[in-house]
Amino acid sequence: MSAAGNPAVTTAARPDSGGRQRSLSWLGAMPFFVYVGIFLLLPTAIVAIGSFTASGGGVTLSNFAGIDKPFMVKAFTNSLVVSSISAAAGAILGAVLAYAVVTGNPNGLLRRIIMSASGVLAQFGGVALAFAFIATIGSVGFVYVFLKDHGLDIYANSVWFYEPPGITLIYLYFQIPLMVLVFLPALDGIRPQWREATESLGGSTWHYWRYVAGPLLAPAFLGCTLLLFANAFSAYATLSALLTNGGSYVPLQIQALLTGETEQSQPGLAQALALAMVFIVVVVMSLYALLQRRTSRWLH
Amino acid sequence: MNWGSRIRGLAVGVTSLLLVAACGSSGGGGTASCSESTAKTATSATACGGMDALVAAAKAEGQLNVIALPPDWANYGAVISAFQSKYGITVNSANPNGSSQDEVNAFDGTSNAPDVVDVGQSVALANTAKFTPYQVATWGDIPAGAKESTGLWFNDYGGYMGIGYNPAKVPGGVINSIQDLLGSGFKSEVALAGDPTKSNQGLNGVIMAAVANGGSLDDISAGVNFFKQLKQKGNYVPVVGTDSTVKLGQTPVLFEWDYLSTSHGKSVSGWKIYVPSNAIIGGYYSQAINKAAPHPAAARLWEEYLYSDAGQNLWLKGGARPVRMAVMTTAGTIDAAAAAALPAVKGTPQVPSGDQTTKASQYVIANWSAAVS
Repeated sequence: MSAAGNPAVTTAARPDSGGRQRSLSWLGAMPFFVYVGIFLLLPTAIVAIGSFTASGGGVTLSNFAGIDKPFMVKAFTNSLVVSSISAAAGAILGAVLAYAVVTGNPNGLLRRIIMSASGVLAQFGGVALAFAFIATIGSVGFVYVFLKDHGLDIYANSVWFYEPPGITLIYLYFQIPLMVLVFLPALDGIRPQWREATESLGGSTWHYWRYVAGPLLAPAFLGCTLLLFANAFSAYATLSALLTNGGSYVPLQIQALLTGETEQSQPGLAQALALAMVFIVVVVMSLYALLQRRTSRWLH
Repeated sequence: MNWGSRIRGLAVGVTSLLLVAACGSSGGGGTASCSESTAKTATSATACGGMDALVAAAKAEGQLNVIALPPDWANYGAVISAFQSKYGITVNSANPNGSSQDEVNAFDGTSNAPDVVDVGQSVALANTAKFTPYQVATWGDIPAGAKESTGLWFNDYGGYMGIGYNPAKVPGGVINSIQDLLGSGFKSEVALAGDPTKSNQGLNGVIMAAVANGGSLDDISAGVNFFKQLKQKGNYVPVVGTDSTVKLGQTPVLFEWDYLSTSHGKSVSGWKIYVPSNAIIGGYYSQAINKAAPHPAAARLWEEYLYSDAGQNLWLKGGARPVRMAVMTTAGTIDAAAAAALPAVKGTPQVPSGDQTTKASQYVIANWSAAVS
């Protein structure tokens, strides 16, 4: 917002060149808007329109009729549970790791290693990630076999690898690094002087965290948690690579509805499901934007 | 070979007549030839000017596009290389792990579209409008129930639905009944070789489970229910079983065609196949030629090769039962060693009809997600 406001102020001082400057700045942003339009707004519009269009044309609500079937509800429940837990756990662990990095040497080796590793691992997903876990803690993975040979059978009661706990564990692998990346700037914004001020006024470490750093970081922390939630909720490739036959998650249900044999395809219902996902993500991301605005009042 | 001479005999008799009609523009040359436009609509080798003309035309095209043929599936790797070396035609094999539906979906009218497909019964029946009729030289050997009368599709090979398993992962080392799979020794071990809502093989796995659990080809609810119980017991693995998942050990108990299961013996020593005697479900795949095949002559030559004794015996070596097996056994041209290596099956096989397959498929589509999620 503030970046967009500055040129306007400058142009007001130089009215003769104002018009041209404004058109040029719009031109520079055009590739971005075209990109967003083609890859974000257009697909969203197609999904939104398609979910209210009957198969023979005309406006209908019938596409939403199948959405309350027990297995659809279960798909939404699974997706929401996995996303929430992996977001909460990822946020806490990621924040702790980010704090450890921030308290160290800003140009030190630890920070550089963790930052580059996070940059890579936050994008690690799909077939590679699924295979990495199948080969390590899957029902025949070498870590699992090693633990079992040493008396610890993590699947003693049931194999939860393909169930929500397993998926949550796999998601943490990219959620924690993502948290480090997005939360670190907020931690960097905390100034040592604030702590010194607290101490010179007689405050303890508890006081500092409770009344200074905590309230300052809380919006950023919650915002980042929401971002992690949206990240997990919309993830598709890892699930698709891991559960090739009968996984109960919304993205996989959409896939099944789109790629089935001719009789099975229900693009209308698939688009209705997609719209429901878009709705959830929009709610989450709006909250995120609100929290970001609050964060930037003190930290940036 | 007896097949070659039979063709040539036919060719001499009928070719010249048809040739004049079909390839009028080719002038008075002595050798038979088959133009592209003739090849596109030829319903037999004879209609294309005979086998030699077909071979020449196919060689001129130089390429053949096939799709969804895994090299370890019914010995297709060997079939493709034998065809390539015999005729010097390059075989472009796309998406080897695709489903029958993927094959037909790839008919996009480009030069990359598949020339020929090898599809499950339900996909063959649903897509006849996209195929062109063709009758191979050995057409008469294919039983009447195993082909569309004009040649839009014709069965190629088949087998029985079985449960392949690694004895080391199974309590007692042996499976004696399908109900065994519900036991606590099968935690996260039982899988299907395809998504039954999409794949013919997966669907037949469910049909087999139905028949073995008191259902029938007409009512497969018992099969869906069986997988629901497997899921509840934690025994079902939500992964499509393939050679690599078997090798990895992810799917040590797998519902699949017996002829595909045989090949897992190479990856897992001691791999066994159990075919329940009260539920022997037979299934055949079908060949069909794309109406808009980019290489029409090569497509037809490929079919001729597949239905020759050599092609049929190659499938048999892969553990599949070729459609001409009965005739070839009588004629003594069958590869006896390969025939003897097939899994022994006791009981009467049942083969779902087209209607039964369609009905089963609709039932699975409506009820599968709810059962295994």
